Amino acid sequence: MTATADKPAAAVVDTVTLTIDGTEVSVPKGTLIIRAAEQVGIEIPRFCDHPALKPAGACRQCLVDVASPGPDGNLRAFPKPQASCTMTVTEGMVVNTQHTSEEADRAQKGVMELLLINHPLDCPVCDKGGECPLQNQAMSHGRPESRFVDVKRVFEKPLALSSEILLDRERCVLCQRCTRFSKEIAGDAFIDLQNRGAQQQIGTFDEDVLDFDGYRPVGAATVDEAGKAFSSYYSGNTVQICPVGALTSAAYRFRSRPFDLVSSPSISEHDSSGSAIRIDHRRGKILRRLADNDPVVNEDWISDKDRFAFAWQNLSDRLTRPLVRKDGDLVEVSWPEALAAAAAGIKAATSGEGDDARGAAVLTGGRVTLEDAYAFQKFARVVLGTNDVDSRARTGSDEEQAFLGSQVAGTGLGVTFGELEKAPAVLLVGFEAEDEGGVVFLRLRKSLGRQQIATVAPFLTRGAEKLGATLVPAAPGREAAALADLPADVREALAQPGAVVVLGERAAEAPGAFVAALEVASSTGARLAWIPRRAGERGAVEAGALPGLLPGGRTAALKAPRDAVAKAWGVDSLPAAKGRDTAGILAAAAEGAIGALVVGGVSASDLTGDVAAALEGAGFVVSLEVRRSEIADAADVVLPVAPPSEKSGTFVNWEGRLRSFATAIRTDAMSDHRVLDLLAREWGVELGTGTVEAVNAEIAALGAATDAERPAAPKAKAARNPRAKKGTAVLATWHQLVDEGALQDGEPYLAGTGRVAVARMSAATAAALGDAVSVEVSTEAGAIELPLVVTDMVDGVVWVPVKSPGSWVARDLRASAGAVVSVKGAA
Amino acid sequence: MSGSDEVWKVNRERDAQRETFESNLPKKGPIGEALAPVAGFGVSLRNFFRPTVTEQYPKVKVPTMPRYHGRHQLNRHPDGLEKCIGCELCAWACPADAIYVEADSNTPDHQVSPGERYGRVYQINYLRCIFCGLCIEACPTRALTMTNEYELAGPTREGLIYEKQDLLAPLGKNMLAAPHPMVPGTTDGSYYRGEVTEPVESQVEWVREHRPEDPTLPENKEAAV
Repeated sequence: MTATADKPAAAVVDTVTLTIDGTEVSVPKGTLIIRAAEQVGIEIPRFCDHPALKPAGACRQCLVDVASPGPDGNLRAFPKPQASCTMTVTEGMVVNTQHTSEEADRAQKGVMELLLINHPLDCPVCDKGGECPLQNQAMSHGRPESRFVDVKRVFEKPLALSSEILLDRERCVLCQRCTRFSKEIAGDAFIDLQNRGAQQQIGTFDEDVLDFDGYRPVGAATVDEAGKAFSSYYSGNTVQICPVGALTSAAYRFRSRPFDLVSSPSISEHDSSGSAIRIDHRRGKILRRLADNDPVVNEDWISDKDRFAFAWQNLSDRLTRPLVRKDGDLVEVSWPEALAAAAAGIKAATSGEGDDARGAAVLTGGRVTLEDAYAFQKFARVVLGTNDVDSRARTGSDEEQAFLGSQVAGTGLGVTFGELEKAPAVLLVGFEAEDEGGVVFLRLRKSLGRQQIATVAPFLTRGAEKLGATLVPAAPGREAAALADLPADVREALAQPGAVVVLGERAAEAPGAFVAALEVASSTGARLAWIPRRAGERGAVEAGALPGLLPGGRTAALKAPRDAVAKAWGVDSLPAAKGRDTAGILAAAAEGAIGALVVGGVSASDLTGDVAAALEGAGFVVSLEVRRSEIADAADVVLPVAPPSEKSGTFVNWEGRLRSFATAIRTDAMSDHRVLDLLAREWGVELGTGTVEAVNAEIAALGAATDAERPAAPKAKAARNPRAKKGTAVLATWHQLVDEGALQDGEPYLAGTGRVAVARMSAATAAALGDAVSVEVSTEAGAIELPLVVTDMVDGVVWVPVKSPGSWVARDLRASAGAVVSVKGAA
Repeated sequence: MSGSDEVWKVNRERDAQRETFESNLPKKGPIGEALAPVAGFGVSLRNFFRPTVTEQYPKVKVPTMPRYHGRHQLNRHPDGLEKCIGCELCAWACPADAIYVEADSNTPDHQVSPGERYGRVYQINYLRCIFCGLCIEACPTRALTMTNEYELAGPTREGLIYEKQDLLAPLGKNMLAAPHPMVPGTTDGSYYRGEVTEPVESQVEWVREHRPEDPTLPENKEAAV
């Protein structure tokens, strides 16, 4: 695994030479004057200009004097100052900015005066105060005194665009950065300019103005589905790029000033993109998170989940002291006592012999870092002597494991964001870019019109529509058949060099999907990318936190790789017995076949298995948790661990890029890997995972597996053939980006921007339910009732979100996509 | 010979060249020379016959000059709402980093100051404050002013960090304790322009409904008298 930056293709570019403020500069043809000036260190004031957005020339603050050679070769000055953010350079051009031209300086001062005429100057109550381009440039380029004596235009303030985004129209300078971002980057045109002249303003959805032609849904979903609110997953970016305080977020409103804040660079813990973020904190408390610029990963943008969902780690149920169960109650104890109790409990629960022999198992969710995942699996294999370790707190399959071991683990940097963006064709399998990809969606959308995207899904979502994707219809569980029988044009497109097949975490729910995708890739020459949803999934695969995989992609089923790892770890041998996956561990625990469970970073409500029974059945449960979760409540020993902002570590993003982050806030909370290192000492074992450096050195020394050490590629498997009988349907389901996941707790403003949970069915399937307004989806385990939305989709399928309000599929239905569920209409 | 020895030698040579000190004061005559040892007593003698300037603090407390920089005070609008909007400009201006502010949103149920924003936490650390008054100049709403109180000493460090309740100005005769709604039909601008001069009946009514025991209600004031 090496993290190398994408190298730009060394191409010869035409350059143009011009003079700015007397300095000669050569820049590539097509460069804007304002960018060329930046290159020679001349700053021209600006508001609307943003390097990632198309030029607009809306604010007129960047006026400069320009002269360029005419047809006769003589220099001819433009009659008026020109906007430097919209004009490209030409050969021999002479530009005079405010530094050398009085005319330009006067023009800029005039524009600033006009911009400030209706600006309320309520800087003391404005969140932008202290980091406001308007404030700064009014100081540096404005008149010292206002000549305006009349009454300013006032608007009602603030206008809530959504529960999170608030708009102060008085402060707006109409630069259109937000509307351009929404249209160009996110594709959610929920806000736009309205009215004319002095009354011109940014406004929310207005059907006539915006030319919006969304779905025509029914029932309770109407308001949300019609986009009445600013329900974009990327709306937070508009707050960050607003050059005045017109757009502010409810979560950060009136919370702080920039000089209070300590900024620490970090990596988002919310998805597998590994977006660069900046954590702003004061006195040990996170107040906001911003997007950091990382050109090879997230560019300038992050999703709202990355930006706003950070309250979870400091809720009142945060664990700070170890807990041990005494007389039925969890009581706070010291670390040495808790570690001793945990070790004694695990030893006692696994001490049986013969028929009483009961092993231990480790469950670690996909949220932990590479180092933590490595420590968990090493703890399981060295201390507990078992391969029963799984980091997939979701549906996993052996086929997926074989695919990950043979194609993903230890392969280093594979398909990158840049290559995904440049790919001429992309096929998405079990992957909903907007809901499950975060910034992956923005990268794909950047190539709108230049890229052919096809998605294997039961229906074309709004996110897929925004990507201009074509649908390869497939009922859940039947993706393999759809891949085997791809339309000719899609197959042809994938044959172009650079095409990519993207597999999401839900590919594991479709039997044979990995095999079929491998076949598509080998027959067309397309490259494969696996984009899981959680931040720690790829790291866990690299670390070998899967039952059949050792670190670096080595299979646990063969003796040679086992011995190689055993030698590196300084132990005699590694367990040879085949490990169980998450579902297997839970089932075995419920039957009483597992003596002790070590659980870290797992939400019980994400698992389809019977967690309560498993916790009951296991003799002893040790939980490593940040917060007091359902599993911690049932555990015998609870060891508190640090949330990502309070520790250092590495997330491996889906590209295979190492995304290391340092501690943002120093506390005495310990990482999982350190806690496990201490716990292993109770057995007299030196796990060697005490520090991030030690773990990384060990991972580096182990290196990637050779081809002989890898598991075999997945084999074709007979696909299940779920057929919906009368009164039943095949369940389709995935996580929406903003839902009720544990990492989004404690953030009501963000939750308010989530989409309303609905059940989707095709017209024919819905017709079988009669005149239904809502639909009840049920299994033996429970039922979910949601408003019905008739969608153009595969027949015999019902779609519900996995964990949205009122729709917790794993907990309530104990089913995942592809299961046959009963459906019943309700008026 | 080492380097330092050489430096020492050069310095001594330079000393030798230096001219001896000669006073510019006029030289005294022979009588002056003779009385010089007791001349200092003359100062004491002279002051026996002058009025005393020693203040008998703490028995007698002399008022300070009117613009003396003493302890800060957070002022109120005439209806009792706080003037502080939690903008942190005082904290920003403070050269000694003695002020700490956290703001929050006013809500209809909890309106502390006019407008959208109020100071939820307000602390001045008098161990750090140098009484320069830059915070007063920075305050955009005249919420922060200085009193003439100078008795700022205490037995603990914690006690010298003054919290908002220690700094708030006492309620005036007609004032109604915050939080309560703004005067109906006004904006924060009306307050700054001085258009609000006293609490109106609807505000009193609101407080009566939400905090019937509030000592600043007219009936409770009368009861106390």
